[in-house]
Amino acid sequence: MTPSREQKLWMYEKMLVSRRFEEAIETIYLEGKKPVFNMAKGPIPGEMHLSNGQEPCAVGVCAHLEPSDVVTATHRPHHQAIAKGIDLKRMAAEIFGKATGLSGGRGGHMHLFDPAVNFACSGIIAQGMGPAVGAALSRKMQGKPGVAIAYIGEGAVNQGAFHEALNLAAVWKLPVVFVVEDNAWGISVSKAASTAVPENHVRAEAYGMPGHLVRDNDPYEIFATAGKAIAAARNGEGPSLIEIETMRLAGHFMGDAETYRPKGEKDGLTLRDPISRMRARLIADGDADEATLDRIEEAAQAEVDEAIAFARNSPDPDPADALTSVFV
Amino acid sequence: MTNTNPARANERKLTIARAMAEATAQQMRLDPTVFVMGEDIGEFGGIYGNTRGLIAEFGAERVRDTPISETAFIGAAVGAAQDGMRPIVELMFVDFFGVCFDAIYNLMAKNTYFAGGSFRVPMVLMTSTGGGYSDGGQHSQCVYGTFAHLPGMKVVAPSNAYDAKGLMTAAIRDDNPVVFMYHKGLQGMGWLGTVPGATNHVPEESYTVEIGKAAIARPGKDVTIVSLGIGVHQALEAAKRVAEHGIDAEVVDLRSLVPLDRETIRASVAKTGRLIVVDEDYHSYGVSGEVIASVVEHDLSVLKAAPVRIAYPDVPIPFARVMEQFCLPNADKIVAAIETMLGRQTVGEPS
Ligand SMILES: Cc1ncc(C[n+]2csc(CCOP(=O)(O)OP(=O)(O)O)c2C)c(N)n1
Repeated sequence: MTPSREQKLWMYEKMLVSRRFEEAIETIYLEGKKPVFNMAKGPIPGEMHLSNGQEPCAVGVCAHLEPSDVVTATHRPHHQAIAKGIDLKRMAAEIFGKATGLSGGRGGHMHLFDPAVNFACSGIIAQGMGPAVGAALSRKMQGKPGVAIAYIGEGAVNQGAFHEALNLAAVWKLPVVFVVEDNAWGISVSKAASTAVPENHVRAEAYGMPGHLVRDNDPYEIFATAGKAIAAARNGEGPSLIEIETMRLAGHFMGDAETYRPKGEKDGLTLRDPISRMRARLIADGDADEATLDRIEEAAQAEVDEAIAFARNSPDPDPADALTSVFV
Repeated sequence: MTNTNPARANERKLTIARAMAEATAQQMRLDPTVFVMGEDIGEFGGIYGNTRGLIAEFGAERVRDTPISETAFIGAAVGAAQDGMRPIVELMFVDFFGVCFDAIYNLMAKNTYFAGGSFRVPMVLMTSTGGGYSDGGQHSQCVYGTFAHLPGMKVVAPSNAYDAKGLMTAAIRDDNPVVFMYHKGLQGMGWLGTVPGATNHVPEESYTVEIGKAAIARPGKDVTIVSLGIGVHQALEAAKRVAEHGIDAEVVDLRSLVPLDRETIRASVAKTGRLIVVDEDYHSYGVSGEVIASVVEHDLSVLKAAPVRIAYPDVPIPFARVMEQFCLPNADKIVAAIETMLGRQTVGEPS
């Protein structure tokens, strides 16, 4: 299964939107945090986990999804949210904690919820596993079409919820695909230091489901592998697991000095930045010319600028609104 | 020895993070059975700095970075503790207790009792609490009451570095499980901002602060403010402000939640006749209610006014700064409560 030219350009565009969005967030996040970095200050306070480098995992999978399909994501959710088609303006506003945000400012960057595209994420490791299984169960019980995707990091495969959810999904043959973004680090703990299993896709076999590995952050390979897994899930063939070798270009969170990362490791990564690689590949394969890609770049930048302006210009929530929305 | 911190000029000051690391290092030097496990506690030195330097001195055998497997490594600490070790484990944010509470409250807290005392569980579970910096509702909670409610574990929550070192030393030496809850806003991490009063004089030598003993952080006669952790600093600030209006507030720093020093609370309220409890944990079913119950069930007659609690409203913690700050206890809210309780006329009329 190879992506069509149209699908390739869609993937490239979404990767760019994600990257440009995070570049904007990165700059604004540092406003008010200089010269002294204090997480509590500035227009975007709190923790900030950027996903730059990991964009292929988002687009290669979400290219196969409808708005009605379900995605549960992690503390590092921007790329997945954007690929799933989240309302970018309201997502930006949520990250700024504004009244116009997806949750009116209650959630923040780790808690983005958009029912229009069935997207949700959360801050506890492996927490999305159960809800993805549950969404798949619900579709099956209601006889409604749709698949669920649970995105997690490679650090999350050592959490109990991961194993229980895999087993449950397999024994009930549910339409869910588990996607492990292996960026080699769980904060400061390397993959090698956290599991004796060199490749996590083999864990799928233990639960009676297929496991796949995609190397080198390759968007087309991710597209192909996810396409098969999602089609199988839609056809009632049950769950599967996809492990993707990706890369964390930034620190775990903004402000992370990354002293634990071996010297030079990141230089190598930057050279393999998936955005520039994909651009070169689109041209080399004759899928697009420079002018077309420039237009996509401009459109992506414009979309991001609009979302950021919307967020900046939106009002703060009424403080007392904190007391609402506990129950409906 | 048990101490309250003597205020001395020109003496070494430490952050809570450094005080915790120093206490841990000193006990590790003395006792080879003491070791540390947790996420990012090795090279990283702990997200909140409380294990910094330990791996350099003691190596990766005794300072163990774990996978993100809290159920496994906290359960493992229980097993190791029962087998002659003295583990110190870190749960990075207390909010994460949801994934591993079985190991904590059904094993760590109960095994000594189930075993009729024949098994000991000498371990420390250290964990960060608190919000105020917009980290959202899964990274900002205190849940003091949740831990303190469940029998079988001691629970401490220091407000300053002196107490942190003494309580940490006492916790490591204790033959029972101790939950050590440190507030992120007091920790002294550059990137988070710190209440200055939390960083105070810490003697170099080992000492203990007795678990189960509250401290009078400020003596006063008109109203008792009971709090813990960051709330102590807010109470002290409020006390300073109302003092300008002639109100003399006493601030009680609980330091320990289990055992709770009910005697000190009762003695203070018996003196002042008025009680305000400040707690960053959720309002209902928590520390604030317990403190008030400790007074009223003992002797209702000491009270000149109905007790008041200033706690986090019973809602999940919102991300947006204005909403979170609206919900959090602060010195303004305490001052307002004091003024209401003592009658507004007192204010502005120094006695
Ligand atoms: C249960 C739980 N334990 C610990 C954490 C703290 N934490 C946040 S992100 C993270 C590392 C996650 O690594 P991984 O799953 O590989 O995702 P990545 O951050 O690399 O995207 C940790 C330990 C948490 N949020 N939840």
